[in-house]
Amino acid sequence: MNNNTKFNRSSAYKIISVAAITIIAIAFAFPLYWIITGSFKTSTAINATTPQWWPQEWVMDNYEKLFSRQVAPLWELHIPFTGISLSGPEMPAALRWLVNTVFMAVASMVLTCFTSAMAGYALAKKRFVGRAVVFSLIVCAMALPKQVILIPLLREMSSLELYNTIWAVIFPIVGWPFGVFLMKQFAEGIPGEMMEAARIDGAGEWKTFYTIALPLIKPGIGALAIFTFINSWNDYFMQLIMLSSTDTLTISLGIAKLQAENATDFGLIMAGASLAAIPIIIVFLVFQKYFTKGITMGAVKG
Amino acid sequence: MTKKNPMSRALVRRETIAGYAFMVPSLIFFLGFVIYPMVQCVITSFFDSTMNRADIFVGLANYTELFQDEIFMGALKNTFIIVIVSVPVTCVFSLWVSSVIYDLKGPICSAFRCIFYLPVVTGSVAVTVVWKWMFNNYYGIFNYVGTSTGLLKQNINWLGDERFALGCIILILLTTSVGQPIVLYVSALNNVDQSLVEAAEVDGATKMQCFWKIKWPQIMPTTLYILVITTINSFQCFALIQLLTSGGPNHSTDTIMYYIYYNAFKLYRYGYGNAMGVILAIIIAVLSAVQFKMAKTD
Amino acid sequence: MKYRKILAMALSCVMAFSLAACGNSGGGKNADKKEDTQKEDGNTQAEGEEPSDEGEAPAASGDSTDITLWTYPIGNWGDSATVDGLIASFNKAHPDINVTVEYLDYTNGDDQINTAIEGGKAPDLVMEGPERLVANWGAKGLMVDLSDLWTDEAKGAIYESVQNACKNNDGVFYEYPLCMTAHTMAINRDIFEKADALQYLDEEKGTWTTENFQKAVEAVVASGQAQVAAVYCGGQGGDQGTRALVNNLYGGTFTNPEHTEYTAGSDENLKALELLKGTEGITFDASIQGGDEINLFCNGTLAMAFCWNVSQEKNNAENLSFDVLPMAYPTESGDPQLCGGIWGFGIFDNGDAAKIEAAKTFIDFMANDEAQVVESVKASSYWPVKDLGNIYEDDALMTEYSKFIPFMGDYYQVVGGWAEARTAWWNMLQKIGTGTDVKEAVDEFVSTANAAAAGAAAQ
Repeated sequence: MNNNTKFNRSSAYKIISVAAITIIAIAFAFPLYWIITGSFKTSTAINATTPQWWPQEWVMDNYEKLFSRQVAPLWELHIPFTGISLSGPEMPAALRWLVNTVFMAVASMVLTCFTSAMAGYALAKKRFVGRAVVFSLIVCAMALPKQVILIPLLREMSSLELYNTIWAVIFPIVGWPFGVFLMKQFAEGIPGEMMEAARIDGAGEWKTFYTIALPLIKPGIGALAIFTFINSWNDYFMQLIMLSSTDTLTISLGIAKLQAENATDFGLIMAGASLAAIPIIIVFLVFQKYFTKGITMGAVKG
Repeated sequence: MTKKNPMSRALVRRETIAGYAFMVPSLIFFLGFVIYPMVQCVITSFFDSTMNRADIFVGLANYTELFQDEIFMGALKNTFIIVIVSVPVTCVFSLWVSSVIYDLKGPICSAFRCIFYLPVVTGSVAVTVVWKWMFNNYYGIFNYVGTSTGLLKQNINWLGDERFALGCIILILLTTSVGQPIVLYVSALNNVDQSLVEAAEVDGATKMQCFWKIKWPQIMPTTLYILVITTINSFQCFALIQLLTSGGPNHSTDTIMYYIYYNAFKLYRYGYGNAMGVILAIIIAVLSAVQFKMAKTD
Repeated sequence: MKYRKILAMALSCVMAFSLAACGNSGGGKNADKKEDTQKEDGNTQAEGEEPSDEGEAPAASGDSTDITLWTYPIGNWGDSATVDGLIASFNKAHPDINVTVEYLDYTNGDDQINTAIEGGKAPDLVMEGPERLVANWGAKGLMVDLSDLWTDEAKGAIYESVQNACKNNDGVFYEYPLCMTAHTMAINRDIFEKADALQYLDEEKGTWTTENFQKAVEAVVASGQAQVAAVYCGGQGGDQGTRALVNNLYGGTFTNPEHTEYTAGSDENLKALELLKGTEGITFDASIQGGDEINLFCNGTLAMAFCWNVSQEKNNAENLSFDVLPMAYPTESGDPQLCGGIWGFGIFDNGDAAKIEAAKTFIDFMANDEAQVVESVKASSYWPVKDLGNIYEDDALMTEYSKFIPFMGDYYQVVGGWAEARTAWWNMLQKIGTGTDVKEAVDEFVSTANAAAAGAAAQ
């Protein structure tokens, strides 16, 4: 009897909680729903004082407007030292922003994984002089908001002639030491005996790293890759400071600009926002399993 | 660590060379784009620095001014309010959600997880666009629903009213930051040693006891990690403020991060902005050192 | 082994890209002719067709100059289709100058230019008014002295008040003006008619008294329109409207006639702010800026817009479902002093004589070429700064709005420390809106603004 009520109470709690969470989840999904449906509404529907919960009429006007704005070459490639540069076909600037964003996120991801894996390994496994100093610097700098160094960083990029290039956004992301910290935690788990064995077999430092250490920290690299990709995709501040011309903008910056220029045209803004959100959501849904695994990996070791 | 004493000098040298060789790529970026600007930041904080003019050395004047600047103090306060409110709320909320959904059927659980993660992947700018519209004083959805259901007597100017603006910012920040902790907690709860839980249940432990005595200690490392990343995220909250309120009304949503930007590009006071950066960096470095120490001892 | 290969490949790719960016960050605009597959597309510049590009050999590219023009949304100068047309006609006359245009907005445009200046990539040409070109960037020594464009002929033709605004106190010209307008306010005529409030204003002249303004607001509120107007103060966008409103109500001024000191703290202005704060139907709204206010006015939420001029009515023509009645700001004396807008070009000193020369050529063409200047001015949908005859003869709307031009008041926005002062202005309005005592808030504004002015004068 007693047991029974307890069971009932706990299952009642469960049902109520699930119901509450369902409602909250709907609220969470709502902005996204609103952006996507809003981008297909007519301007009268958007500006109606009574919200139209479901578009009565589906139109592509907003996307047409978005794509008929400025144009930019789809991509530009500069070959070093020759002064040769190639550019892609003229496309709506919004697509160029997507290309820029993808490139920025992928390049940050690759560079971060590469540098962090090596540095994390060294910090965990090499007993070098100054290791403690470097490590405490890294820990202290990890939580540092980038806004703190905004002015010096801007001036530095200016003197390196990197201002208004995508690299001005990428380099500070790569420099952010969280990745090194994370990879160190992973590399700590590499058994010393395996490295010892490799060394006895006559493997050099580099060979030990890529035959022994790298396979063992691969899951960690995956976690870091996902983390960096999402973070750089969503980063806004660095882009705001470092990028200024139509063909270097990223999609977040592009929408922010769209919003400032056309405060009145919500349909257009929603279309821009959908364009920014949908690709990454598709990526997320497709790779969902890896995302959750990657995120969890980071936490277990972090 | 214990193996270290008999290391010969040659070995130390070899380890050092190899260590730095592996560190070099990372150090280039870290020193070049984090430490060097930080040093510059400290140096210029002693100068009256502005656009297109040689810097004038002013000693500690920027710092003394800082502590008399009410807006700075307000911004400092707001920054801490954001961190102090959003970090625990994020943790508690995501723990609650996870504890409810983790033992639901696979697809349902992952559907929930997915939905809560959506605002994270959507990106703060895209999310902000729609929140700005929802909070609008004249045609926003909150006011529409509020007044038509009779909850609100009249329209509330959510983002234009000192009493609500910061709360709205925190609310949006929460929606963009609970995604990751939920994913983490769900998998941490799934990894809890079931035999211990069963043993406790046999001994007659209540669900509550089970949770706090057995599961909680096992998910502790996850909690610490979540604390760290949420703290970092909350400190970095900038896009929401810049796009929604620009620090207003009456500086009630200014954070240090926004105020630095404001000083730099609206008032052209670079040295002063840098002095703020230095203070914030010191606070954050101390905080993360403490957090790190705590994590170590646990 | 496989792993290493992939890693090495990825790495070298990234490095190649990065070197590329380092080595060639400046002028990546010109596509190389060797790339034959991409020839057609690769040669097309971001801003419309450049017919000259086709025939030129790569070697000749040394003769062409690339300049960048950043423009604020000044009428249709913020619209790429219009500007592309203007640039195309410029390129017919000057095929050797490539102009790349960026469009700024009034919310973030200043920040964007300021970061670009610090980033070492300031635009060559910028289109805006004296408050930025002369009082801000000019005063900071970033602009090129345009004296050689200001020939005697130009000085003879351009109205004197405009001329005075385009130079600093030492007589150095940092702006070459193109167009001007008088900022007004506007009312929703339909709502006013329904509220029987049209009796309080002079529709013909477009003026009203402060007392009648109060009565009109009262009548509109009584008719059921709870929100009559908003003193927007979310940022600096459209702040000329709130300044002009406050100044006009009781005849206050914003600065002294010499433009050296802010006088916004005078009793007239305090009284005006108290009036606005105490009027039912008018709210101080810190969540919107000028652009948002226009939107709210156009969709009928607000019955009045303080941020208005002819181009707003032109640009929003398709959204307007009611009659817009442009009005001067209410005054006690019946002699409104409207805030003027003067727009023109300035050149940032990027240390490249060829670019500066090209930029001057551009200005000269846009503002002085007899066939072009009318088009350039019309693109802004404002009025020329010199006598070009009636260029808007068949345009009823422009004719209607031209009655406000004689009300144009002092162009005080060139006072020192202007950028800081205007930031302080909207902060002050926010303070008043959130309940701070009017006098206290205004006093703080005046002391901040005057400190900025003194600082600028000392520089």
